[in-house]
This record gives sequence, structure tokens and C-alpha cells, in this order.
Amino acid sequence: MTAARIPDLYKKLGAKRLLEIHRLMVRARLLEERLIKMSKGGDGFFWIGGPGEEAFNVPLGLMIKKGRGVDHDYLHLHYRSSAILLAMGADPADTLRQMRSTAADPYSKGRNFVNHYAIPEWNVTPVSPTIETHYTTAIGTAIAQARAKTDAITMANGGDAGSAEGDFHSCLVWANRPALPLPILIIVINNGYGISTPVSTQHGERRISDWAKTFPGMPGATVDGNDVAASWAALEEAFAYVRKERRPYILEARASRLYGHSSSSGANRVPEPDCIELFETALARRGLVKPAQFAAVREREAVALDAAHQKARAEPFPAPESAWEDVFAAGLPPSYPTKGGS
Amino acid sequence: MANMSQAIRMALHYGETHLGVKEIFGEDVGPPLGGVFTATQGLERAWNSPLDERGILGAALGLAWAGSRPVAEIQFVDYIFNAVDMLKLCANGRWSSGGRWGAPLVIMTPTGSGIHGSMYHSHSFDSIAAKLHGMKVVCPSTPIDAYGLMIAAIRDEDPVLYLKPKALLRSKGEELIPGEPADEKTLRGMIDAPIGDRSKWKPRWPKLTDYAVPIGQAKISHAGSDATVVTHGRMAPICLDVARGLESAGRGSVEVLDLRSLIPYDWDAITASVKKTGRVLFVNEETEIANLAEHFIRRLVDEMFYELKARPRLLCGKATPGVGLAVNLENFIQPQKTDVERAIAELLADPA
Repeated sequence: MTAARIPDLYKKLGAKRLLEIHRLMVRARLLEERLIKMSKGGDGFFWIGGPGEEAFNVPLGLMIKKGRGVDHDYLHLHYRSSAILLAMGADPADTLRQMRSTAADPYSKGRNFVNHYAIPEWNVTPVSPTIETHYTTAIGTAIAQARAKTDAITMANGGDAGSAEGDFHSCLVWANRPALPLPILIIVINNGYGISTPVSTQHGERRISDWAKTFPGMPGATVDGNDVAASWAALEEAFAYVRKERRPYILEARASRLYGHSSSSGANRVPEPDCIELFETALARRGLVKPAQFAAVREREAVALDAAHQKARAEPFPAPESAWEDVFAAGLPPSYPTKGGS
Repeated sequence: MANMSQAIRMALHYGETHLGVKEIFGEDVGPPLGGVFTATQGLERAWNSPLDERGILGAALGLAWAGSRPVAEIQFVDYIFNAVDMLKLCANGRWSSGGRWGAPLVIMTPTGSGIHGSMYHSHSFDSIAAKLHGMKVVCPSTPIDAYGLMIAAIRDEDPVLYLKPKALLRSKGEELIPGEPADEKTLRGMIDAPIGDRSKWKPRWPKLTDYAVPIGQAKISHAGSDATVVTHGRMAPICLDVARGLESAGRGSVEVLDLRSLIPYDWDAITASVKKTGRVLFVNEETEIANLAEHFIRRLVDEMFYELKARPRLLCGKATPGVGLAVNLENFIQPQKTDVERAIAELLADPA
């Protein structure tokens, strides 16, 4: 990543695109803050999400070749990816539904935690609460894409702590198999912590992206994930490489974790750099936006979110018997045990 | 007459040519070996993976999502334990995604004892597999069922764990697979890789047909009226042998029900047979304590208590941490033919 390219990016992207990014970042932040409030107020249970990752995740979402099947990008995501999904066009109302565990939650029918997306129409594979297992499922969609004539790729994202799991290293080994190199963009969001444990106490790697150095020719980069322009440039380079070369790339983004790990650790604001504030300062300094416009964006997004929340609050919870749906593709066999004992 | 490995190989060939199977993979699955039990020799789509069970199952799940209808192998079921997480994800994805992401894939793996496999080549996995709710689990005991269950597993929209009884992989059946030449030497010459250099070898496949054994359907391998034996996998031919012996000796008419599918299991077939005989013995290789058949017995007691003439019985592996290598140890820990004979004799003698 060349720092010299970054200032030019503001020009290249133009005011319209920059404002779109800003709006999506605000939308994602307000959504996460609403989810936290819901969790604390009993309007839903556990919260986990990605406030602080918007500067990296919104550009990422905008670069996805969205659609279904091997000719479109596959996403294997962890649970801090709301900004990616909103940038792709997901409706915040659906995340509120999942937070409340309502029947209309389109991602899990009220079965899974919030921010656990599953959208076959966009190749968003099911987000799992397990750490790092999606780095191995990424191998599979990437094999299918390596066999096809396409520029579509597979991307997987996860955290710094998760990179200790074997699945992360499985992904590296399989993606670099001489028999069939794979078009996988391996992303690690390094927020410095695994729940309460500082990464610096558990990881001796200088940079997580240095794992790339193990494999001849594999590119690896580390970027400031709190900086929109730097993230955009790094992602553009990484996507372009994987699309064209059909080989893996590892991109580490250092980003803030603004509300801690999850509701289990209190979900209180922590004093780390806020990427939205940084972006707004940069936009204002360049004279691209007047500060009053930021407030207007926030206001509009908040009103829309309120309306969606009101609607979700009126929706029913899943019927208990819906637990028997989707166990098998063709429904339950008639003599399947369903009583829960005698 | 094909052995079970050849039957699986032929079904996989049918799968790659007719059923959309695009990837068949695992450790040593591709050339030159074609699987440690030769079940994947000569297949177009077979390839070698890294030695990484979690990667294999993760790749299979991703491939299923991409529509590749993969068949992945775990070389021995004893080595699947470090990948239980991935099995769970295969099984629960449809449910956790509200029905939106199914996982049509097959995971095949040799299971059970009987090859002097000691600690890590003798495990059974049936009972743990049965708790991966959302996963179908099958286990054939004859080559023709091995063929038909593989065809059904490939075609299924749900993930299927296909357990291959190790000790039976080289055994032959009594029925020809449709399309298979009757002479086993002819078949060997067509589809078995030669010893030595195989780099130029190509199999000549017989004209195979679409023969499927429906998942969830047990088979009465021997009809009888005095008692029922419910079994599967490696224990099935042993139970069949004992039942035939008893019949020819005029010492009892024992019905043998080969489950073939563990999940979903054929409860209707079990209850119909027990209704007829009033006596039932379950025989399997899994260890005691949370054995799948203990669930069957509980359900029979709940649903058919007054139709049972005698207490339902279980003959299974002993709950030791492993299967010992010494013949005395393995034979003590795992049920043997003499144990089956004794258990059936006791069941028949139980006062009504």
C-alpha cells in the first residue's frame, strides 16, 4: 500500500461515493448502537457486532460482486460484519428482527444470535457463532470457483484472536495447494483483543499478515482499518489481485472495537479512535461536506431506524412448533421422535 | 460379485457421471492409491487432499453450498473427532439459516472394528453421529446396499454421513449390483487398479444403473416369528448367520432387521417386527452407555410395553476407552458370533 495513493482516492471516489460511504457507516453504527440498547433493555438477548469496523467494512461491502452461485463472490463472515451487509443493501429492519428473535427474522427464523446472516441470494453463507470454522468452508466455495471460468472470488473475515485456530491455517494451506491454488481473500480484523485477552500477550507474530510470507509469492498487507481511504485502497488492491490471479491474499486491518467484545463484557463505549469521526474530519477538511450535513444524515438514518424498530416490535415470535421446520429438507419422517422423552 | 469397496466405487462412478458429483476427495483418495480401502480407485473426480480432517469437511460444506455435490472421505472414523465442529455445521446449517442453506454432501468414512485396528482404527461413531441432528446417517452391510445407499446419499438434499464397516469392505454379497458382471474376475479386470505402475491405467466401467436404497428404510434380511434382532453394519452378517443356523437346526425362528439407516431410523419396521415376535435383541458395535439402541429400547418400553413378551436386550461393545489390540482383548470388548448366539438363546428362553 502506497500512502501517496491515498489522498488521490478522495478525488477519485468523488463526493457522491464518499457521502454514500459515510451514510452507510452511520447507518451501520446507529444499527449497532440500537442493538446494544435493545440488549440492555431486554428487547432481545445477547449482542455481538462490529461498531468500529465501518471504515473497512463499508468499502468491502461495496466491492462485493453480489449475487448467487460461483460467478459471484462468496462471503464467509464472522459476527462483526453488519456494515458489509448494509453496504450490500441489506435492510437494517431484518437485523432488528434477528435481535428480537422474531418469526420474520429472515436469517434464522429467531434461532440464532444477532448479526448471524445467511443470504443464499447473495452467497452470504451462514454465519456461525463458532470461531474461524468459516475459514475452512471458504475452501469449498473457492474450489468451485477455481474450477469455473469466472473472476468471482471467496472472501472470509475473522478476528486476530481467531487466527490462532487451526481452521485459519487450514485455509492458508489449502489456498496455497500447488495442485489447485484458490481465489480466497483472507481478511483478519485485528482489534487487539480476544474478548478480554490482549493479542499482544498471546501472539508473537509481528503482523498477522506475515503468515503470507510462508508461501512463495503470496501477498500479505496490513492496513489502518480506521481509515476509509486507506481501507478502500488496500481492499481494491486485494480484490483485484485475487480476481485476476486466482490465488489467495491476506489482508489484515487494524481497527477499533468501540463497544468491547459483546454484551457479555458490558458493551460500553471504550476510548478508541472512532472511524466515523475521523472520516468526517477528513471530509470536512477537504471541503467536501459541511458539518451540518453529517447531522442531517444521522437524523435521517435515525428516523428510518426508529420506524423499522417500531415495526419489528409489533411482530410475533416464532411458534414453538416451528422448531421442527428445516431439520431435514423434506420435513420430518413420520416416526421421528418429537416428544422430548417419554 | 463385487465386494463392498468395489460397490461403493461403482456408485461413486455413477454419481460423477450421472448425479452431478463434481468433487470426490480426502486423504489418499485420488491416484495412485484410490483410497486406503480402494473405494475411490479410477474415479475421474477423485483427488488427494492435505492431511486435514477439518479442512476436508469445511471444503465439503463450502462445495455443497456451491452446488458441487461433493463426496468427502475421512480416512478412518477414529480421526473424525477433531472435526466434530464441522460435522455439526454440516448438520445444523439448514436449521440455523431458517431453511435457506441446505448442505447436499456425503461424508464417507470406515467405521468399527474387526481388522485388528487397536486404539484408533476400531472406533464406532454411530451414537455420536446420531446426535448430529440434521445429519442423515447410513451404514450398509452388503455390497448391493452399499451401492444403493451411496446413490441415495448423493441424491439427498441433506448431508449424509456414510459409515463403511471396515471389516466388511472386502466382503462379497449374495446379490449382483444391476449392471455388474457376474464373474468377479471379470469385474476385477475392469475396475481394479493393477499392482505396480498405474499411471497409464484406466478403468472400464460396467454399464451401471440408478439403483437406490431409500434412506430411512430397514431391510428384513431374514424373516422369523419367535424373536427380532435389530442390527446394522458389521454385526448384520453375523446376526444373519446365527439366525440361519438356528433355523436350520430347528432351534428358533429369528427375524433379522438390518437397519441400513441410523438417522432417520425405520421405527415402523422395528415396531412391526417386535409386534409380531414380542422379543427383541439389539446388536451393534458401539459401546454401552448412551448407545443408540438404548434409545430404541426406551422408546419400545414407552410405546409397546404391553406387547413385549420379554425384556428388550442389548448386545454391544463394552464401555472401555478403546479396543485393545490383543485378540483376547478385542474379542472380549466387541461382540463376537458366540456372544450373539448366547444372547439370542437367552432371549428365546426368557419366560413370557
